[in-house]
Amino acid sequence: MAGLLAGAVALYFTLVGMVQAFSKRAVVASLSLGHITLLLAAGTVLYVFALRDRTSGPGRLLQTAFAGGLGGLLLGLYPYLGQWVDFHYMFVRTSPELYALLRFGLSPTAGLVLMVVAGAALGALLAALTLPGRFWRNAIIEASLVTITVGMLSDLFKGMTIGGIFTPFLNAEGLNYIGAVLVFGLTIAYVVFARRRREQRAALEASGEAPKTPAQPDTRRWMVAGVLVIVLLALPAVLGSYLSHVLNMVGLYVIMGLGLNIVVGYAGLLDLGYVAFFALGAYTMGLLTSTGPLGIAHFTFWEALPFSIVVALIAGILLGIPVLRMRGDYLAIVTLGFGEIIRILALSNWLKPFIGGAQGILLIKKPPFGPWTLTTPIHFYYLILAGIGVAFFVAYRLRESRLGRAWMAMREDEDVAEAMGIDLVTTKLTAFAFGASFSGLSGAIFASYVGSIFPHSFNLLISINVLSLIIVGGVGSLPGVVVGSLALVGLPELLREFAEYRMLMYGLALIAMMLLKPEGFWPEPIRKRELRVEESGD
Amino acid sequence: MAPILIAKGVTKRFGGLVAVNSLDFTIEEGSIASVIGPNGAGKTTFFNCITGFYTPEEGQIIFNGHEIQGFRPDKVTRMGIARTYQNIRLFANMTALENIMVGRHPLMHHNWWDAILHTPRYRKEEKEALAEAQRLLNFVGMSGLGDQMARNLPYGAQRRLEIARALASKPKLLLLDEPTAGMNPNETAEMIRFIRHLRDELGLSILLIEHDMKVVMTISEKIAVMDFGKKIAEGKPEEIQRNPRVIEAYLGRGAASGLGGSEAAATV
Repeated sequence: MAGLLAGAVALYFTLVGMVQAFSKRAVVASLSLGHITLLLAAGTVLYVFALRDRTSGPGRLLQTAFAGGLGGLLLGLYPYLGQWVDFHYMFVRTSPELYALLRFGLSPTAGLVLMVVAGAALGALLAALTLPGRFWRNAIIEASLVTITVGMLSDLFKGMTIGGIFTPFLNAEGLNYIGAVLVFGLTIAYVVFARRRREQRAALEASGEAPKTPAQPDTRRWMVAGVLVIVLLALPAVLGSYLSHVLNMVGLYVIMGLGLNIVVGYAGLLDLGYVAFFALGAYTMGLLTSTGPLGIAHFTFWEALPFSIVVALIAGILLGIPVLRMRGDYLAIVTLGFGEIIRILALSNWLKPFIGGAQGILLIKKPPFGPWTLTTPIHFYYLILAGIGVAFFVAYRLRESRLGRAWMAMREDEDVAEAMGIDLVTTKLTAFAFGASFSGLSGAIFASYVGSIFPHSFNLLISINVLSLIIVGGVGSLPGVVVGSLALVGLPELLREFAEYRMLMYGLALIAMMLLKPEGFWPEPIRKRELRVEESGD
Repeated sequence: MAPILIAKGVTKRFGGLVAVNSLDFTIEEGSIASVIGPNGAGKTTFFNCITGFYTPEEGQIIFNGHEIQGFRPDKVTRMGIARTYQNIRLFANMTALENIMVGRHPLMHHNWWDAILHTPRYRKEEKEALAEAQRLLNFVGMSGLGDQMARNLPYGAQRRLEIARALASKPKLLLLDEPTAGMNPNETAEMIRFIRHLRDELGLSILLIEHDMKVVMTISEKIAVMDFGKKIAEGKPEEIQRNPRVIEAYLGRGAASGLGGSEAAATV
């Protein structure tokens, strides 16, 4: 059963064309991303099968190997039968290259045999992996995944200004053997080291020897913060122009994510039209600063910025008023409609004389900064970083206040929140207003960054992206927004091949998140406040 | 004693159903009063009329000298009425301390800009709120549980936390909707002591809805009995225990006549 399932999953990825699309990128030595997709897809199924299997060592090895072989047979039959049957009729992705790939470049029969053997070997390997203790098993899996990730992102290292030091470990594409072994080894070493330290600390605490110095966590926190700031400031110098651009896109999503996190994560109001405020911020910036025919004010970036934010904020309140009485699904539908209305208005002929319709607004001015003008992605990196800083600060401080608690109470139970004396109208409207103004800020920077804006840049997909990244990072969690943005915006920017399969990947990621880690990658920490009170009371 | 709450002819209809039918009720300041009655008698609807969840179609509710019928729930809470719920409704994904601090919302006044800039007003209010939350946590016997998520607390602690949250708004009148529901006899006895303690220590007036007759008879100074939305009796516990209409409402007509008869025979 498991074998057939593994084969079917692998076959599915093959038939939708992912394997072939990915096979152009080498990841580790001569293994391509296509191979790795197959290995991961089939491997996950086989691994779970082996984990559930209760028989003893050799039995499990045999069974999983058999299942793997079966899966290999299923996958191998596709190119084998392809000799006589025209699969292209049904599966448009079928091509001679794909056949060659799945036959390992051999004759059909030899390819089939090899595929069965490979499947069986994979099964046996994974079953063997389940035999040692949980710790080593997880360490090996983590190390493999890290190696694959580093391999996929190896282009990154070459793009860096200090890329030279990595060349001994890289092939033309992907890691070479030395690099792969090195990354794998380092990860294992780190995992083992981390465990040793954890154990030492636990032992210390158990024996009651852990000295409680109240100043220590504080100084450590400052040190971590200091290092983080230095790294963030130095990052573009190391990364170079292209990667800074990628980071900028991530950063714009972080600002939006922080805003939507207030609306969805704190106040629990599901808003699917969030892109509308981003568009309004961008269009306001465009109209006010453009030197083209549509520009109305010829403001500088800094003069126009408050207008962008205020326009978005007012729109947030205007949208908030009609939906005050709505909850859950209904709210989502109305806000979804609002987002589309803004986009369609931007496209409309009616407003074309003012905002350019499908031609958009061009020649948007770059922000001046003292005697200079911010033009390159690296310049903008710092502007966006400052924007994130402000948004982060505001979101964090609001969370720790009467208003933040009111939002969260409303998220948990609206009726009871009202019975606690919380004015639902103003509390909801402030949530919408803050969320919208963050989005407006992001939109304003975006307009200035790309220099020209078009209605089609503001489609529903952006709203969905922002919502997904919040869910992946952890609903209501500020660091989660950053993690989510890196994972859902940064990775796809870097992995060009994924573009076509982005939605499939999102779907997979969201399903996996819901099943395995529903609280997100970096869930909101529980605030420990009672102890602090007691300490200060002593 | 002056009355803290007066309900005059309160009527609430849902379509054709009259859930509360021209109800009159008075609670003296500093007293413990109860509303009892069979399921569906309209007790919780009456609570909801007082706290502003429902607007009664007719009648007046006068709290502390002000008419409050038709006010929004948050306004009613600001005037000094707090409540708990029949099925516990805590903010599940917030810690116990945060739950109590939400309860203090009406007493705090800092704004979003205070919070962002950490103005002196913000610092002062937050400090007070945290200290007060801690104090209330100790008061309901939950010190040490403050950083637990509300959903992870044991049942009895959740009930007490709900009361602490209600107390955080410094109410003059506390409405408790079945505070001993689902408790064992020990916990119930504990809760009776606690409710008395609340009144004696904090000088609150308390209105209870309760099904457990032992609880009602032990702590109430005044009881109103409702059936089909109407008040069918009112008085001291001993009066209520003897009232034939109450027995009829609870046990049915036949039982009431039989009981009344045998009781009459016994007393003669």
